[in-house]
Amino acid sequence: MGKRVAVCAISQIKNDGDYWDRRFQDMLLPCLESILEQTGVTFDLDKGIRNIVTCSDDVYDARTISNNGVTDVVGAHFRGEEKMAQEGINGLGYAMASILSGHDDVILFMGHCKESQTESRLMNTNLAFDPFYCRPMGLDFLNANAFQAREYMEKSGVTEDHLAKIVVRSRKNAKKNPYARENKTVTEKDVKKSAMIADPIRELHQYPVTDWAYGMLLCCEERAKEFTDNPVWLTGFGNCMDSYFLGDKDLTSNFSLKKAAQRAYAMAGVKNPRKDLDIIELKDSFAYQLPMWAEGIGIADEGKGGAWIDKGGPDDMNVNLSGGMLNGNPIMIGGVARAVECILQLRGEAGKRQVKGVKRALAHGTYGAAGQHHAVLILEK
Amino acid sequence: MAHRKKNRNVGIIGIGQTKYSSHREDVNQPEMIHEAVQLALDDAGLTMDDIDCIVHGNMELFEMIYQPDLWHVIGTGAYGKSEFRITTGGTVGITLACASDNLVASGMYDIVMAIGFEKLQEGHTTGGITNMADPLWFRHLQTGALTGSGAYDVINEFGEERAKKASMMYRIIMDKHASLNPNAHRSFGLEFEQMDDLIKNSPKLVGDLKLIEMCSQSDGACAVIFACEKKAKALSKKPVWIRDHVTVHREETFFIFGYDEKYPVTMTHSLAAKRLFERNNIKKPIDYFDVFEMYDPASWWAVDWLRDFFLLKGDEHLKLVENKDIMIGGKMPVNPSGGVIGSNPIGATALVRVAEAALQIRGDAGAHQIPTPVNHALASGFGGTMWTVLMMLEKELNW
Repeated sequence: MGKRVAVCAISQIKNDGDYWDRRFQDMLLPCLESILEQTGVTFDLDKGIRNIVTCSDDVYDARTISNNGVTDVVGAHFRGEEKMAQEGINGLGYAMASILSGHDDVILFMGHCKESQTESRLMNTNLAFDPFYCRPMGLDFLNANAFQAREYMEKSGVTEDHLAKIVVRSRKNAKKNPYARENKTVTEKDVKKSAMIADPIRELHQYPVTDWAYGMLLCCEERAKEFTDNPVWLTGFGNCMDSYFLGDKDLTSNFSLKKAAQRAYAMAGVKNPRKDLDIIELKDSFAYQLPMWAEGIGIADEGKGGAWIDKGGPDDMNVNLSGGMLNGNPIMIGGVARAVECILQLRGEAGKRQVKGVKRALAHGTYGAAGQHHAVLILEK
Repeated sequence: MAHRKKNRNVGIIGIGQTKYSSHREDVNQPEMIHEAVQLALDDAGLTMDDIDCIVHGNMELFEMIYQPDLWHVIGTGAYGKSEFRITTGGTVGITLACASDNLVASGMYDIVMAIGFEKLQEGHTTGGITNMADPLWFRHLQTGALTGSGAYDVINEFGEERAKKASMMYRIIMDKHASLNPNAHRSFGLEFEQMDDLIKNSPKLVGDLKLIEMCSQSDGACAVIFACEKKAKALSKKPVWIRDHVTVHREETFFIFGYDEKYPVTMTHSLAAKRLFERNNIKKPIDYFDVFEMYDPASWWAVDWLRDFFLLKGDEHLKLVENKDIMIGGKMPVNPSGGVIGSNPIGATALVRVAEAALQIRGDAGAHQIPTPVNHALASGFGGTMWTVLMMLEKELNW
């Protein structure tokens, strides 16, 4: 292929625990306006935005065809609009394909998720299970992940102390990120004393309820200079689906993450992830997932997640400097939040958390119980 | 720069459809999907090992499964493979086809399988669709997918008698087509002599939209396999090529006050058709295409939209119906499969249009095969608030 896709601009609103005064349309509109202002892109059918990829969810929005509700504020006026119904980072993979295929040259990529307006994340994720066997048992993404957490902690020597360290670090990093959800700073003691919600997962081990929306303008290599002087290139994408029943799989094998990463590395030409990646953003919805996903993408040794935390792996490899998912992003678009952080770092716009000389970054997203589906995106300067 | 050259060509090499039915208690969702997947693999002479990527779609609130591709992996075969889930409402099926075309053309995946399904029996279809509308402003006005505005518009323009007859004529033709399609959900054996009786006696749903004129609620799944040119030629004797596709969505609200010829408003269908035909240099679509598989949710809309899609003028579209030109063997066959009025598993429906158009090009449609050669086919999808997607399929790489 030898072709790249450019990210010309990004916009976002601040992550917040409860935008009680805004509907999701009001969350998206400022993101759209910012993209138009930054790039000067228009909705001209020849030269401007002809196709829009959106990300939202019917269950979280409690609306059939949830993308119908955002058409007005993403500019879907007599033109293409397609909804990514998975974790939003897959929308970047799809938009990338649409541009590389030649069918589209400019794509507006917008998404939202308003967790606060839903009654319960557990009720929603319980609906992901089949109505015959697993749903009546009360499985949801929290308790299903608890099985994985326990098994992983035993396998990789991850302890309560490690988890507490991870949470404290996440909150500390997020303080340097003006778009991060505002949370209390916590001590390791606070984490270890927080309520046990699904053994071994404690309340502070879980990402808090969050509302967020973003916008992005993507285009083909030839046209990037029309919209920006500082493009970031999408050079690799891979995703993978694991099996469904928890009992059918080794919960700690990282089967689908390893495959997703291999696919993205092969496409982008990443040989050694420990050396070739300057910034890494992992979707750690739960504290145990930070070392586990690190093993999956190959930056920590298999079964050595605990030791990786001990020797300062996350800081050495610039993992989740944004605060990560653990500090709070919504479930449907936490992976896009990871990509947004990578883009800011690659553009040199990450403020107090900016790392010097960033050339290549990895963003990760996952959805489903115990990481059933994973996606990995490679971005470059 | 408006429309760039496709990176590489894409062909359809496998098609699988379940029987469409009002109830499939004998299978659960992944089992039903698996039937279509296995049929598509058999049709292409492939195994799951040959598939690089799965694209899955339906509407979550119909069956109330959150991210159903997770559970459905049992039936889709996506285990260990790349997998996307893309949904756009009623158009979702054909959006899956467009997405598969993009994914293969991009060079990222060589062989992609699109899977559309719905098991409407397990939910409440009209309730589900009503939930599409804004909870504060429009939900209390919405009647699901049932809308009488199509009937109102055609009656307004052509008078009650002619309009009602055209709509019922279309409906009876679709019933006759469905009777030739073993997968079709409904075929009542309607005859043209029953026209006046049906106009008078079929119960009204909304305005002049009658029960017999509305599409069904079906269970069923459809799977279509797409491959890059090199693999399509190597693996298939009769690949069907995707020439181009266009998507035209629009804002959240319908034209709630209808439209009037004196005050023309932009219509998505004619706009999509204009864009697609202009960039593919097709001057007279009605002459160019050999078959049209149209997403026809009700016979009123179908009659009206024929004019939009073929860029016809005046009453040319009514004449197409009145002269039975749209029948199998006619001048411009429409929906030889029996169309959406015959079977409507919503998440699969628009993919079935693509699948049926491809079967016609291959000459493999069986009893509902058009007797004359089919080289150029058009397929459409409908959903949301008058959203439309059009796809052009070709027998030869002729562009």
